[in-house]
Amino acid sequence: MLVFILRRLAQSAVVVVAMSVLVFAGIFAIGNPIDVLISPEADEFERAAAIARLGLDKPMHEQFLRFVDSALGGDLGTSFVHGVPALGLVLQRFPATLELALCAMLVAVALGIPLGLWAGLKPDSLAGRVIMTGSILGFSLPTFWVGMMLIMAFAVTLGWLPAGGRGETASLFGVQWSFLTADGLAHLILPAVNLALFKLSLVIRLARAGTREVALQDYVKFARAKGLAPARIVGVHILKNIMIPVVTVLGLELGSVIAFSVVTESVFAWPGMGKLLIDSILQLDRPVVIAYLLVTVLLFVVINLIVDLVYSLLDPRIRLGGGRA
Amino acid sequence: MTEPLLRVDGLKTHFLTRAGTVKAVDGVDLRLDRGEILGLVGESGSGKSVTGQSILGLVDPPGRVVGGRVLFQGEDLVGAGEKRLRAIRGRRIAMIFQDPMMTLNPVLSIGTQMVEAVRAHEAVSRAEAWERSRRALARVGIASPDERLASYPHQFSGGMRQRVAIAIALLHSPDLIIADEPTTALDVTIQAQILFEVQKLCHETGTALIWVTHDLAVVSALADRVAVMYAGRVVETGTVAEIIGAPRHPYTRGLLESVPSRNRRGVPLRSIPGMTPSVLDLPEGCAFRPRCDRPTAACTTMPELAGERDDRAWRCWNPVAAEVRGDAA
Repeated sequence: MLVFILRRLAQSAVVVVAMSVLVFAGIFAIGNPIDVLISPEADEFERAAAIARLGLDKPMHEQFLRFVDSALGGDLGTSFVHGVPALGLVLQRFPATLELALCAMLVAVALGIPLGLWAGLKPDSLAGRVIMTGSILGFSLPTFWVGMMLIMAFAVTLGWLPAGGRGETASLFGVQWSFLTADGLAHLILPAVNLALFKLSLVIRLARAGTREVALQDYVKFARAKGLAPARIVGVHILKNIMIPVVTVLGLELGSVIAFSVVTESVFAWPGMGKLLIDSILQLDRPVVIAYLLVTVLLFVVINLIVDLVYSLLDPRIRLGGGRA
Repeated sequence: MTEPLLRVDGLKTHFLTRAGTVKAVDGVDLRLDRGEILGLVGESGSGKSVTGQSILGLVDPPGRVVGGRVLFQGEDLVGAGEKRLRAIRGRRIAMIFQDPMMTLNPVLSIGTQMVEAVRAHEAVSRAEAWERSRRALARVGIASPDERLASYPHQFSGGMRQRVAIAIALLHSPDLIIADEPTTALDVTIQAQILFEVQKLCHETGTALIWVTHDLAVVSALADRVAVMYAGRVVETGTVAEIIGAPRHPYTRGLLESVPSRNRRGVPLRSIPGMTPSVLDLPEGCAFRPRCDRPTAACTTMPELAGERDDRAWRCWNPVAAEVRGDAA
């Protein structure tokens, strides 16, 4: 197990290094931030001073080495626009995004697995068909449109829920969270549901497909032949087997939900990393974009590692005994 | 006559598919006394496995028991509710399946799967259920049961898994075990071990056994009585000696002649021409008629299961003469 974790950490480090090169090269090729940053009336001298201050006059490899050097010290540069450390800027927005993403995943799992189980156990029932039809809608409707419809219905017409923002927050471990206050929770519901919709459909379909396959296995029949109660057969024998693909996909999806909650954050004016990214790209704020991308890469790597560990807890066949396959 | 442990009367299990109704089991009669071992023999698709599952109400949709009775100690299980069936499954009637690779849940430890089987029927503590599972494993010849209980199915060989399945079946000392080709998927040497083991355990505990198989050699070594199935019906029934020594149904004779024997060394092995008919499209009358070497006009109507006694009967208009076969031994 320890060998496995070490090996995975080494792999992860390679991924992070490769990504940092790609990210830096990619960002370097985009536009000239100076044009956006200084006023059009500035003269040549001011312009040159700004370029020198931002280090943009150095050759690319030198800029990269400088970037790596300070990145290892936890400094990903200073935002051109805000004048504060880029990493701090991203991390400051991170809790809002994390909160939104986790709530969305919670909704997707808490609703998706029971619905998928039901649809898989009774595929020909009316409820089963309704669930599957609903999941097709969840897949095919664009997120931004659903978001706007949610705002129209629940915020504008019915007036039940707020249309945007984080609402009141409360502090926990020195970080501000919305879900700790009633007002914050009310602000959280619509964006979380919006972000969850696609994942919910995915979980339903995964759970249903898994259930249909597992329910026909001999071991389920054998469990029935032992005289077990249906709750135990479904809740343990079937559930544990369908959780393996669900956990794998959800782990990967959690990364993507965090990284790409951009659309939902924009629609609901949710002050998370996604919104920061969009703003920074528009302003060619290179250090912030790089910091965002690196944080995202790290997140993916960590989440994948966790998924592998959970996976091995769920499935004893791949319990990790070093060299044994 | 005393009430048998199990009496199956005119059992019909049909599968209502889009292509039509598959009459997998179409009027099967069986009887089994306490402690008796019955071999239920037939080719693939003869309905023998479905018969076994129908007894416990374990047929998956679209299959359904559409007629007949399953009297278990006088109680009809066909009409019984799911709750009543659950109380009987595993406790009074246990089942062992064909493929030991598939019958144990791969993600649950052996211990979990045994403890839950104990606690499904008896309100005992986890520790006591564990202890009983340990003893059950030891009884089927599994060494270091404590360690084994903590293992997962993939860490066992096929023969070991089947032993575990047998141990689970024996947990509640049931009155009847339905074993659905439990040795088919195993090596021949393991087969013999398991056969011997099961026979011994059934004798020790007085458990009756229905051994579903296509292998007449296995049946002759194990069973007291035999019922031969063809296309969803019992075509011949009798004691092992009667079935092996003096088969009356041409299908039974065909089956016996297709088993290799020492006494016919050098003679090409006989086989039954043709193949099992599609259960979607059974011929009118006797289902074996198209493959029979002696069909007559009478065979276009279905013969009754009749013979010398209730438990020595055949379903044929022109039974094979009751000669005693030379290679019976």
